[in-house]
Amino acid sequence: MSSLEQAGKAGNQGEIRYLTPLDIATKNSKKYCMFKRSGIKYVDYKDPDFLLRFINEQGKILPRRLTGTSLKYQRKVSVAVKRARHLALLPYQADMLK
Amino acid sequence: MNHYEAVFILNPVLSDDQVKETVKKFEDFLISQESEIISTEHWGLKKLQYSIQNKQSGFYNLIDFKATNTVINAFETELKRDERVMRYLNVKLDKHADAWSVKRRERNNKKV
Repeated sequence: MSSLEQAGKAGNQGEIRYLTPLDIATKNSKKYCMFKRSGIKYVDYKDPDFLLRFINEQGKILPRRLTGTSLKYQRKVSVAVKRARHLALLPYQADMLK
Repeated sequence: MNHYEAVFILNPVLSDDQVKETVKKFEDFLISQESEIISTEHWGLKKLQYSIQNKQSGFYNLIDFKATNTVINAFETELKRDERVMRYLNVKLDKHADAWSVKRRERNNKKV
């Protein structure tokens, strides 16, 4: 039996002690829908720079669970991205887009 | 009457005059169909994100217009027939898009 376990059973403090408490708390800033928060009502397909934040490096549309967009605006974003792709404002497939 | 927006990409081989002439042709067509043109925008020669008809760039043009729904079919065949047009997109604008287009135009006017 290791001395560590014995110390634990005896109710004493273990040998391992930290000077500063471990920072294992995960990030808890809540995601939010930026359209709702900033009051944008229409997602413009003519603005590829703006749409860039809803697609990944390969040019794929990011899921809602990553961007935090609400369902209502996610639908609009997906339509806008697809329109922009049709007009060659955004690529259908890409590599190292950002 | 609905509010529509047409974006089309013209062949980069054309000269500036030819581009103007083509845009004028479509504007005249819309006017002849009793629709009202609200504004036009010329974005100039822009690089395409992927090649269309083996071209890497194109002249982007935007026409904002009010028309009845029957005009759109005729307008699309007109765009399809023209060889100078590489790509086009007609979109009907809802009330939010309508508000945005007004805002966007004001912003663009300020810049100029």
